[in-house]
Amino acid sequence: MAYSKKVVEKFENTLNNPEAFKVGRFDPKEMNVGTGMVGAPACGDVMKLQIKCEPKGNTHVIKDVKFKTYGCGSAIASSSELVEMLIGKTLEEAKAIKNIEIVEALELPPIKIHCSVLAEDSIKQAIEDYEAKQ
Amino acid sequence: MSTQSTIYLDYASTTPVDPRVASKMMEFLTPEGEFGNPASRSHRFGWKADEAVEEARSHVANLVNCDPREIVWTSGATEADNLAIKGVARFYKNKGNHIITSKIEHKAVLDPCRQLEREGFEVTYLDPDDGGLISAESVKEAIKDTTILVSIMHINNELGTVNNLDKIGSIVREHGAFFHVDAAQSTGKIEIDLSNIPVDLMSFSAHKTYGPKGIGALYVRRKPRVRLEALIHGGGHERGMRSGTLATHQIVGMGEAFRIANSEMSKDHKKVNKYHQEFIEKVKEIDHVYINGDTDNKVPNILNVSFNFVEGESLIMGLKDIAVSSGSACTSASLEPSYVLRALGRKDELAHSSIRFSFGRFTSDDDVKNTLDILGNVVHRLRELSPLWEMHLDGIDLDEVEWNMH
Repeated sequence: MAYSKKVVEKFENTLNNPEAFKVGRFDPKEMNVGTGMVGAPACGDVMKLQIKCEPKGNTHVIKDVKFKTYGCGSAIASSSELVEMLIGKTLEEAKAIKNIEIVEALELPPIKIHCSVLAEDSIKQAIEDYEAKQ
Repeated sequence: MSTQSTIYLDYASTTPVDPRVASKMMEFLTPEGEFGNPASRSHRFGWKADEAVEEARSHVANLVNCDPREIVWTSGATEADNLAIKGVARFYKNKGNHIITSKIEHKAVLDPCRQLEREGFEVTYLDPDDGGLISAESVKEAIKDTTILVSIMHINNELGTVNNLDKIGSIVREHGAFFHVDAAQSTGKIEIDLSNIPVDLMSFSAHKTYGPKGIGALYVRRKPRVRLEALIHGGGHERGMRSGTLATHQIVGMGEAFRIANSEMSKDHKKVNKYHQEFIEKVKEIDHVYINGDTDNKVPNILNVSFNFVEGESLIMGLKDIAVSSGSACTSASLEPSYVLRALGRKDELAHSSIRFSFGRFTSDDDVKNTLDILGNVVHRLRELSPLWEMHLDGIDLDEVEWNMH
């Protein structure tokens, strides 16, 4: 299937400059780190997302993000797109991110919407993990 | 984007038409050429076209060592499979209603079998062994009094594995059923001698062997005679088995392609064999790589490899400018991983991680070198991106993890 130029660019940039695009990991045991992992190898995609936060006023702000994704090109591009949206957001703002924003940003075809849902679920899970630690 | 800068390693999907074939086809289209209807008996336009069709039929017959009268033109291997399976089953339905095939057949065999199930036939789908081969023993076990047809492919299109037609066919014949073989991947790749193997029907395709798309043939044995019910009626062409005006230029193209395949098989084989060796050596340098399919019973033009911890479609995207195919779900319209690889009993993730490289007559040394130069690096970088690889390096057994299924 032919991908949008945006997916191809995002995928290639992430692959070529993993550090700049926040590929990596934090120590999941650190108290200011929340980890979310969704998907399954048998289904062909697994996304792991980690947020590093700090308190600000009566909420917390995402200071840094790391991720790794096993999956098709659009799954990797969707993860990378989400990561870009997260930095500087409060947890409330991050929770409000909807998969449709990723779909629109990357012009994902209907058959690949699943990839954006995976990304949305990963941030929800990471926030849950972080909040449980606080 | 020009496709010419892209390296083509997907010959098992289709091949380009050999320029020699294309120029021959051109002689049968225009007013200056032999454009006649081969069925026209009353003038030289018809006679000339008919002559060309019969010459092409002989070229096809020569490649597989059968009588030209045993070759029926079809629109491709899919139609040939349909004609063989549905045609035989419906003709002999009073003799029995049981059909045997395998789980790794092409959809052109599986879907007609499904259709026959809806019509009341009973179909047994055999499992391959873990190397992708169908054993004669498994056919023997499945065969029963009501079995009228066994359909097993020669070379598997995803794996390149070669089934033993002689052994399977002997069992089928002993029992008195008919043996159909889908040989779409075989012509020009491996010797076929129909005068010496117990096969009753065999399907061929032109476009896998440097001929045009849209033409194929079905071999229908004369002695012992196989009869079948036609799928397409109207005009009684091809002795009533397949009506419709013969597509002279397509047929001539297939004939020429098979004539060339016959004379250049060893040359073609030598070339792809070298590339196959180079690929295997280089691929084995990468950790956690599995070659799918029994390497002792395989053609060298197809190489199916699983790169564990990397998803196939992303690998294809990483290998940009190289045209290959994958068993990954993401490359299929159905979003299911390859049913062939799953039938081998491997884990689903190895199907998701698989890439099929297939080489051919126009593959160059540079094509192979350039691909191998970047392959290891792309796999490495995708693994750096892969949480599964990270977990593997941490010593976590991925089979023990409770995944958050979607």
